[in-house]
Amino acid sequence: MIIMKIRVNNKEIETAAQTLRQLADELQLPDKGVAMAVDNAIVPRTAWAETSVDATKDILIIKAFAGG
Amino acid sequence: METLVIAGRAFHSRLFLGTGKYSSNDLMRESIKASGTEMVTVAMKRIDLSDSGDDMLQHIVDERIQLLPNTSGVRDAEEAVFAAQMSREAFGTEWLKLEIHPDPRYLLPDSTETLKATERLVKMGFVVLPYCQADPTLCKRLAEAGAAAVMPLGAPIGTNKGLQTRDFLRIIIEESTVPVVVDAGIGAPSHAAEAMEMGASACLVNTAVAVAGDPVAMASAFKMAVEAGRMAFEAGLPLQPAGMQASASSPLTEFLNRP
Repeated sequence: MIIMKIRVNNKEIETAAQTLRQLADELQLPDKGVAMAVDNAIVPRTAWAETSVDATKDILIIKAFAGG
Repeated sequence: METLVIAGRAFHSRLFLGTGKYSSNDLMRESIKASGTEMVTVAMKRIDLSDSGDDMLQHIVDERIQLLPNTSGVRDAEEAVFAAQMSREAFGTEWLKLEIHPDPRYLLPDSTETLKATERLVKMGFVVLPYCQADPTLCKRLAEAGAAAVMPLGAPIGTNKGLQTRDFLRIIIEESTVPVVVDAGIGAPSHAAEAMEMGASACLVNTAVAVAGDPVAMASAFKMAVEAGRMAFEAGLPLQPAGMQASASSPLTEFLNRP
């Protein structure tokens, strides 16, 4: 297993995930109310499995939150 | 009561509810239920990697309820367009409460950026409900740009000050070609009733319910106030003259014999 350092939400984390799909599983993200972008480009959920996690890029993950 | 239709979707409740500031997800869920609402706002936030937290959405998912994700936290039109796309991906809906308020003190919406973002987002297929100043000209421009409704403020967000902008809300309601949802500042059921009596299409309430001593009971109180206000509007309120001249409701003559 290769552990890689990546940047998620401006934080450096270590992950074994190689794709966004695996990263979502590793972070136990819920099925609904989550979206991801890589270097400010939105990656649709359907493309998570074929989008590789790249240490040189910034990953943004947002989720539903209470608000008015 | 007349059914409210926004962008082809029918709403049987004219009370829209925010999900912020509840002390628990259980209270939020019960308040939503008690309010009878069919439109509920949600926000987006970067996930906290150290704490996965509770998934608040699972407490709202109900096919009668339209989710209205907001763009809170964006500072200009460009950020709003990005947030809207993230929201469409996250929530699977094109509906959007567009809110652009770069000023953290009063959270007042930036009219120029709001209009610019509305124009762009409508072209991208979003159902845009912009939170905006109670500015009749701006509301006209937003409707022309394709906004599905306009959501002028009664007072700054979270202030509970009621309809400070009432004279302008009246003009907006009178002239608007799209539904008018009074958003922000509504701090008591009487404020909501007043907005509805004026002919507003709906009210969006959050703080007043969420931070009430008993949010569930308050949600129910708002439900009744919104219904009462709407019913009164549809029943046709008597005209209120600008001056203060009394108008008798009982006969003033033909009772006592006077010389």
